Amino acid sequence: MTTARAPLEGSPGISRRLQTALYRHRAAQILLLLAPPVGWFGVIYLGSLAILFVSAFWYLDPLTSAIRHDFTLANFQLLLGSSVYRTVALRTIGVAAIVTLLDIALAFPIAFFMARVATGRLRAALFALVLLPLWTSYLVRVYAWRVILGKGGPLDWFFGLIGLPDVSLGYSDLSMVIVFTYLWLPYMILPIFAGLERIPTSLLEASADLGARSGMTFRRVVLPLVVPSVAAGSIFTFSLTLGDYITPQLVSNTQFIGNVVYESQGVVGNVPLAAAFATVPVLVMGVFLLLMRRLGAFEAL
Amino acid sequence: MATQIMPSPGARGSTPGDSIPAIRLVGLQKRFGDVVAVDGIDLDVAEGEFFSMLGPSGSGKTTTLRMIAGFERPSGGRIELHGQEVEDLPPFERNVNTVFQDYALFPHMSVADNVGYGLLVRKVPKPERGRRVSEALAMVRLGGYERRRPSQLSGGQRQRVALARALINRPRVLLLDEPLGALDLKLREEMQIELKTIQRDVAITFIYVTHDQEEALTMSDRIAVFNHGRIEQVGSPADVYERPATAFVAGFVGTSNLLSGEAARAVLGADGTYTVRPEKIRLAGIEDPVGDDETSALGRITEVIYLGSDTRYIVALDAGGSLVVTQQNLETSSTEALARQGDRVRLVWKRQHSLPVQGG
Repeated sequence: MTTARAPLEGSPGISRRLQTALYRHRAAQILLLLAPPVGWFGVIYLGSLAILFVSAFWYLDPLTSAIRHDFTLANFQLLLGSSVYRTVALRTIGVAAIVTLLDIALAFPIAFFMARVATGRLRAALFALVLLPLWTSYLVRVYAWRVILGKGGPLDWFFGLIGLPDVSLGYSDLSMVIVFTYLWLPYMILPIFAGLERIPTSLLEASADLGARSGMTFRRVVLPLVVPSVAAGSIFTFSLTLGDYITPQLVSNTQFIGNVVYESQGVVGNVPLAAAFATVPVLVMGVFLLLMRRLGAFEAL
Repeated sequence: MATQIMPSPGARGSTPGDSIPAIRLVGLQKRFGDVVAVDGIDLDVAEGEFFSMLGPSGSGKTTTLRMIAGFERPSGGRIELHGQEVEDLPPFERNVNTVFQDYALFPHMSVADNVGYGLLVRKVPKPERGRRVSEALAMVRLGGYERRRPSQLSGGQRQRVALARALINRPRVLLLDEPLGALDLKLREEMQIELKTIQRDVAITFIYVTHDQEEALTMSDRIAVFNHGRIEQVGSPADVYERPATAFVAGFVGTSNLLSGEAARAVLGADGTYTVRPEKIRLAGIEDPVGDDETSALGRITEVIYLGSDTRYIVALDAGGSLVVTQQNLETSSTEALARQGDRVRLVWKRQHSLPVQGG
């Protein structure tokens, strides 16, 4: 006891005095803790987002191909007026929605099995299987699917085996949807798993005790309680699809918003137009997040 | 169903006569891997009884309750509800309802939807459902709380909602799994009285699992004392308290005050294990006379515990072992009581209060 107290009685060291000061001033403590992330988020992330918005109102001088820092709505007029851009935007949003729905449909039974049926080693093994693809490069996985879906690939071989004609999905919107659905599936499985696991067993027992069969318990108790988790997973699958431009390029002939942005600024050098088009997914995502918040997604994360 | 015998709400103490028991357990067993949770239980519970299963945690009482509800399948033996074998029926096909320890209220539903769930599931039409929900909530004194969420209620209120949700289905047996465990003492005592009143009003058989001996003694018509997956004794509160069958029951229901071996021979002049209730023992001076019908033992007070209305003395006997003595603080002050620590005393009690028990 006495030895442990000794330093207090002597003159306090610098670090001790600093700690005491921090203890007394909670605001300073919080500030010190949050300075790095707030600095990063505020300056670098929000700053670049602001520049993106501002540059969307600049324009490319048609004669010199130089960027003029004058205010114009021309970029947005072009985007709204041209059916090409509209199609690209709608396609991107539509595919993101389809992929999200497919992922929900696929992830639910898997997550349910993992959370409510499997235990111990089986559950651990399933976890490893779900996470394993994430340890491999995204590109490798997309190229693997190109092989699977390509002409004369395993899929065609399998179809031939069961007596069906070649489908050669190779480069198509369907193969793009398949690959996206595969890529983001783990991001849907994990939140749903967590949501299902959080439901106390006694709630399911109570439902059965009150006379509900399994189907009824699922509809009335399980489903409403995992809606927030499904919404949380949807944020991942939807936003990841919305922002992607590599998969459409590798397994289909169509363009996503990302591809157009990439070409506008990379090939043509029209940064203002690219910036204007890039605000579309930002806005879509904002609306989507508001919707998901109403479903309770942020409580489930 | 065909021959419904009039329920006998006052079926106190004695085992039921010729009527079909509400619950009959025959050689009931449950193993979890190598662990035997319930080790062959035989039990009859009469219609309308308030029956408690009392025991320490891990004694098999909750597992037994869960087998009756249908949440666990027995490893062996039989469960009969009103004469019908139910071991193979899922919970939703048994005419019993459960009040869970954690209440298990549905967090996404209002109080009214929680209470009406059983009726909704059974497709009871909406007007009747609303009426019965109001009735059930009024019964547990929660009228007007229909639209609240469970998260907006206090522990005691949740407990009442859970009770209303189970009783609204008019089950023939209500199972309660330590329903008052999470409440504070004051509320618990209030709810004990209320539960007993409700049980008398609805005349439904209650099976009440608890580890709290006082709770069991207060509310029950009969008590089964569980230990290591077996029933040590079944009887009325008075039976179990005043005539414990085993050393375990003597210790678990009340204070463990056992005399055995050398001490029993020296004090009582007999072999075996005996128990004496602490309130039956009188603290006397060393030289005080002892009546013919009384037993006495010399010892030293090693510990004094002041409990407000009573004081508890732990006395180390000269003959070996120790006994607990409870004295009401009729005239003694706390200072006087505490000053007696270390005193030599004579313990005196009536011979009839030395009860032989098995084991020990």
